[in-house]
Amino acid sequence: MFAFLANPDRFMAFSRWAAPLFGALAVALITVGLWFTFAAPEDYQQGDTVRIMFIHVPAAYLAMFSYVCLGVASFLSLIYRHALADAAAKACAPLGAAFTALALITGALWGQPMWGTWWVWDARLTSVLVLFLFWLGYMALRAAIDDETRAGRAAAILALVGLVNLPVIHYSVEWWNSLHQGATVFAADRENRLPPVYLIPMALMALGYTSAFGSLWLVRIRAEVWRRRAATLALQAAGG
Amino acid sequence: MLDFDAGKYAAYVWPAFIITAAAFAWMIADSLARARRWKREVEARSKDRR
Repeated sequence: MFAFLANPDRFMAFSRWAAPLFGALAVALITVGLWFTFAAPEDYQQGDTVRIMFIHVPAAYLAMFSYVCLGVASFLSLIYRHALADAAAKACAPLGAAFTALALITGALWGQPMWGTWWVWDARLTSVLVLFLFWLGYMALRAAIDDETRAGRAAAILALVGLVNLPVIHYSVEWWNSLHQGATVFAADRENRLPPVYLIPMALMALGYTSAFGSLWLVRIRAEVWRRRAATLALQAAGG
Repeated sequence: MLDFDAGKYAAYVWPAFIITAAAFAWMIADSLARARRWKREVEARSKDRR
């Protein structure tokens, strides 16, 4: 798959139909997911704030998933020095930062009525804030170095260092005493597992968010490929 | 059927949805605008080259 898409022409041909297909899938899944979101009953403890969970949890999952995508693209770009992998890493960053910001903001909007505070320096919240800072750092580092190849390599190393934070986020609720609840979507014990009435909208929204990310990522990689082609053409024109 | 009444939590529920919608709108608009801009740029430069 990677080898097939590593060819920029093949990637452009693939993404031309894949991006709108993922986009249409995202619209369908999120529309149905929103219907289930507002059809779900109030939670006996959380009341109507339970509806925030259907946009908060998928955003938090996408924040981590997109960072894994950044890590894989950065690794391939560092090892194989492949321009398309570097373009994919660069294109991923603004989307990942947006999903991480959404996870933090929607979490705060749920936390205030449920915990009585917008923010607490809890292990889970703090590690997600660190993830957001890694996204900002990645984009800032790329923007700070004029030479694109050097910028890509330095940012890729930073991205790989940031991968260490992902297991910290995931296991933070088990390793430390945390205000944040533990796993419920994939909880082993039946008692703590989400009932289908909440699991269905959450799963639909998570799949919808993933499709939206896939579509937008492909569009942004295409834009980056075109930008680099335009830069090459400009150089060739300047050279006569 | 559909319950849009968030009651006493409306001040938290609706901003969460509005901010999410705004973030999605930005991600879609920015991604499409970039793609269109650079595609046009490549087409214009390719034309100049010919």
